[in-house]
Amino acid sequence: MIHECYLDHAAGTPLSPRARRAMEEVASFHGNPSSIHRYGREARVVLESARAKIAHILSASPEEIVFTGSGSEADALAVLGVARAHARLGKHIVVSAIEHKAVLKAAQALAKEGFEVTTLSTDSEGYVTPERVAAALRDDTTLVSVMYANNEIGTVEPIADIARAIRARGGRAPLFHTDACQAPGLLPLSVAALGVDLMTINSSKTYGPKGIGALYARKDVRLLPIVEGGSQERGMRAGTESVALAAGFATALAEADAMRETEVKRLIPLRRSFIEGVRLALPDAVVNGSLENRLANNIHVSIPHVEGEALLLMLDAKGIACATGSACNATDLVPSHVLLSIGQSLELAHGSLRFSMGRDTTEETVSYTLFALAEAVRTLRGVSASVAHASP
Amino acid sequence: MSFKPSQGAGDVAENGACGAAWVYTDTVKDHFFSPRNVLRDGEAFSADGTGVVGSSACGDMMLVLIKVDSATQTIEALRWRTFGCASAIASTSMMSVMATENGGMTLARAERLKPEEIIERLGGLPDRKFHCSVLGQDALREAVKDYRTHARVS
Repeated sequence: MIHECYLDHAAGTPLSPRARRAMEEVASFHGNPSSIHRYGREARVVLESARAKIAHILSASPEEIVFTGSGSEADALAVLGVARAHARLGKHIVVSAIEHKAVLKAAQALAKEGFEVTTLSTDSEGYVTPERVAAALRDDTTLVSVMYANNEIGTVEPIADIARAIRARGGRAPLFHTDACQAPGLLPLSVAALGVDLMTINSSKTYGPKGIGALYARKDVRLLPIVEGGSQERGMRAGTESVALAAGFATALAEADAMRETEVKRLIPLRRSFIEGVRLALPDAVVNGSLENRLANNIHVSIPHVEGEALLLMLDAKGIACATGSACNATDLVPSHVLLSIGQSLELAHGSLRFSMGRDTTEETVSYTLFALAEAVRTLRGVSASVAHASP
Repeated sequence: MSFKPSQGAGDVAENGACGAAWVYTDTVKDHFFSPRNVLRDGEAFSADGTGVVGSSACGDMMLVLIKVDSATQTIEALRWRTFGCASAIASTSMMSVMATENGGMTLARAERLKPEEIIERLGGLPDRKFHCSVLGQDALREAVKDYRTHARVS
């Protein structure tokens, strides 16, 4: 009997019924929010109400929220926008090696523009220490970007401590950006408590609609836009805003944040069972990422002698959806940069699997998945060339 | 290098024109979930030639064992093991079928087997998986080369 087990919430979440209703309610608001007639004003009210809702959850002001088309776009706006706006003060930026590719690609683009990029390595669990960040700072550093929680291995970074270390340096402190796309519903989102100057969030992983993200930028932060045209979003991001997406995003974010403490409490024992179950069934599997500072919904393992994409498809055939960091599954045929950066061997990286739990994950989901995983591994090891052939 | 899937097999439709999407044909699915000629644990197979290509560090590793009829210089039987993705497993499986069907390929024919032929029989593979069939062909070539080396020596 095949169960339906969706364990890829870190990639995309179902639309929550509340978020769906919020979007349906505003579907008929067809005016452009920038138009000053009645239809535009009605749309504008919806948009600003969504913005205010999101700002409130972040302990920020509405004018500090810029809507974008995705988390990646918000990352690009933060990194490119800040670095370019402050180029006269300095051309050095610091990013961690395990950032999302949206941050790393933006940093690469800056390097081509003549900026210097320092990429901070992490420890074997993907942890970025405040000391390491502080040691990389220079007088000409204008931006530091370290993600709140890593989307692959689930490690949660000490953002507040890093912020403190950056400010402790004295003089003109560089701006601090964090990619918090994996945080909603699992970690607190108050920018005041985190001490960040910029923060990326998006809707697609928090039970909201896909196609919208947001960048929090503290009010005195100077940013150069990357998409120009009309003066929407106070000149920070051109393009007609989607009130439906914004309404869905705001509702979903509020819901996720309200449920956070209960959900995290519910998920932690499930995560423990999962990890213990993997260790029992597959003693040679490696659990990746920090165990203490870890997203409550994340299980990430590397299994010797089997390849991730093949595993993924076997699990898919059994009704289980998850993700892999194997090279064979990447369009660029390179294994996960996060795994390589924490020092994992190529062999193990090819056999990596990420399971990210969600609201519909139960104990049954976990036990069925463990059973199916053990079976899939057995099957694939039965054809694998990297296992020593057992002679008769 | 770009490879267009063959228009022959009926299941090619699934493999779409959008090369970036991971879709696979029924044939690939079949060979992935029910691979043919796998060397099973505990199975005795005395090989006349052995080929190993790739490495687990690369994410693709194939082991091919062949039994050769020395009189006719054809491949009598073939067994294999593969560490790799679904395309890699399906490619080796299909290669093993092609090498042994209809009485078996001659060694000369086996040496000339092209990855495109394996892909055509599979009904197509996404462009970026082309290398999986190259590896399948390489492993077979290595096994034949190994046989020929031993045959000369003995």
